[in-house]
Amino acid sequence: MTLDLRFSRSLLAIALGAGLAAPAAAADRELLNSSYDIARELFAAINPEFIAHWQENEGEEVSIQQSHGGSSAQARAILQGLRADVVTYNQVTDVQVLADDGLVAEDWQQQLPNNASPYYSTTAFLVRKGNPKGIESWDDLDDEGVEIVFPNPKTSGNGRYTYLAAWGFADHQFDGDEARIQDFMGDFLGNVVVFDTGGRGATTSFIERGIGDVLISFESEVNNIRGEYGSDDYEVIVPPVSILAEFPVAVVEPNTERNGTEELARAYVEYLYSEEAQRQLAGFNYRVHDESVAEEFADQFPETELLRVEEVFGGWDEAMEAHFSSGGQLDQLQRR
Amino acid sequence: MSSLALRLPRRRVLPGFGLSLGISLTFVSLVLLLPLTGLVGQLKGLSLAEYWAIISDARVVASYTVTIGAAAVAALANAVFGLLLAWVLVRYDFPGKRLLDALMDLPFALPTAVAGITLATLYAGNGWVGGLIEPLGLKVAYTWVGIALAMAFTSIPFVVRTVQPVLEDLPHEVDEAAMTLGASDATGFRRVILPYLWPALVTGTGLAFVRSLGEFGAIIFIAGNAPFETEITALMIFVKLQEYDYAGASAIASVVLAVSLALLLVINIWQGHFIKRLHGGRG
Repeated sequence: MTLDLRFSRSLLAIALGAGLAAPAAAADRELLNSSYDIARELFAAINPEFIAHWQENEGEEVSIQQSHGGSSAQARAILQGLRADVVTYNQVTDVQVLADDGLVAEDWQQQLPNNASPYYSTTAFLVRKGNPKGIESWDDLDDEGVEIVFPNPKTSGNGRYTYLAAWGFADHQFDGDEARIQDFMGDFLGNVVVFDTGGRGATTSFIERGIGDVLISFESEVNNIRGEYGSDDYEVIVPPVSILAEFPVAVVEPNTERNGTEELARAYVEYLYSEEAQRQLAGFNYRVHDESVAEEFADQFPETELLRVEEVFGGWDEAMEAHFSSGGQLDQLQRR
Repeated sequence: MSSLALRLPRRRVLPGFGLSLGISLTFVSLVLLLPLTGLVGQLKGLSLAEYWAIISDARVVASYTVTIGAAAVAALANAVFGLLLAWVLVRYDFPGKRLLDALMDLPFALPTAVAGITLATLYAGNGWVGGLIEPLGLKVAYTWVGIALAMAFTSIPFVVRTVQPVLEDLPHEVDEAAMTLGASDATGFRRVILPYLWPALVTGTGLAFVRSLGEFGAIIFIAGNAPFETEITALMIFVKLQEYDYAGASAIASVVLAVSLALLLVINIWQGHFIKRLHGGRG
């Protein structure tokens, strides 16, 4: 009964580590990037560029391993001992959890530009051809008969952004009138037909199963879907007001010290801010900060007012506590 | 087990008892007891009141109802059709029998997530089956019927594989004798065959039920996961983990574990009594 929590965590870590270490390449040093679920293709494109860049500047051949999964599950694996060198997540809170445990520097958001978020996005809508329900903004989503698909905010960071965006819109619209906001949110959540556990699951329900009138997901994701499944069948709607979704990155310092990869890990996260990397990010429909790249891709990203979690909710900790904790606002809205 | 502990014979005819029991216990400790201890260890930060508050939360309680209800339906359906399948596989010869026999293990071999996605594809409104039955007003995908279906799919081998060997041991002569003594088909089945199969059938059904309580991968894709309606208990555990609430996750898991363990224990004890009675009280 007195089995130490850390001990059980490290046991799990051994199991996880054994699975990951198997395909190790022959390169001198390697870096493990723990990332969110839908970033597979993105980092598969960026990593070779970084490897070439490092080879050119430092004359060293390195390899980069990727690990993908729901961002909270990924952070949990690191808490339990997975020796990832860097994290690239879609949730500020999942990096913060690591910082609270001393695995990431306390001031990680100040260590890199733009709150340590090399790129950003927002939540947008994907509707069926011709937009039969005439969905243009959030206030079309609480109408009766509109069927919505987005991942469960309880299990998905993507879903949390959607929830916060809708709340932020209502807050804006009703001037902070709590009762009206809750009314709107109740109707909005009541229109959800399927709550998948993750973003890709929601995409599958909307596209493959033909469920719902509108899919809500990251702008990058809905654009990628439209690109993949045919621009004739779907339309992307970016609402005039939405939420700023940051994609924070950080170095897991205790792990890099142990792995001897401190400068390599730092260079990797800094590389994401370089013009080449920013261009690739924009190619995957993420919004970027680099001015010349942003200008180049300006047509791709409609102007929209982006609400900040810090401004509307007072910060991520507050938002998580008030809305997503057990018995919080979300639970109350979903109560019968 | 209990009889073994209570009256250990002085000398055994079969050698190697110490060694084999030692290895067995070590293995059981590593594979079963260590993770269970870890689970209980995660609970140590909770007070009794907090523990109760977590496991009696209205939404979690709704998930027990959904999970247990669907698992019961799935287990009963499997009891009926599993028995039929075992009967067909044992008593008849037909082309493709070996194939059907091998097919029975497929739900064990198939990753459950694959099963879940496949079922959701078939039964969704635009799927092969869903497209046919939804116009008739029957919705399977994203309702509790879908949950029961996924559970039935992943647990059918338990019934077939427990009943099949027992049925193979039952000679044809037994039911033939019943018939020559004037029993009708129904009486023969009810009074001769079924009592013989009963322990195996109950064990298989119990295992199928318990397996369904813990299933996650196959169900999650077809459940729809609407709060209070189609959320299963395993999802509640997953949600707690997403919130970094290890203690809460373990608390809900402990309920599932306790129910499963209690049921398995009851079945085992009942079976012991049943077999004793069957052998005229001589065990």
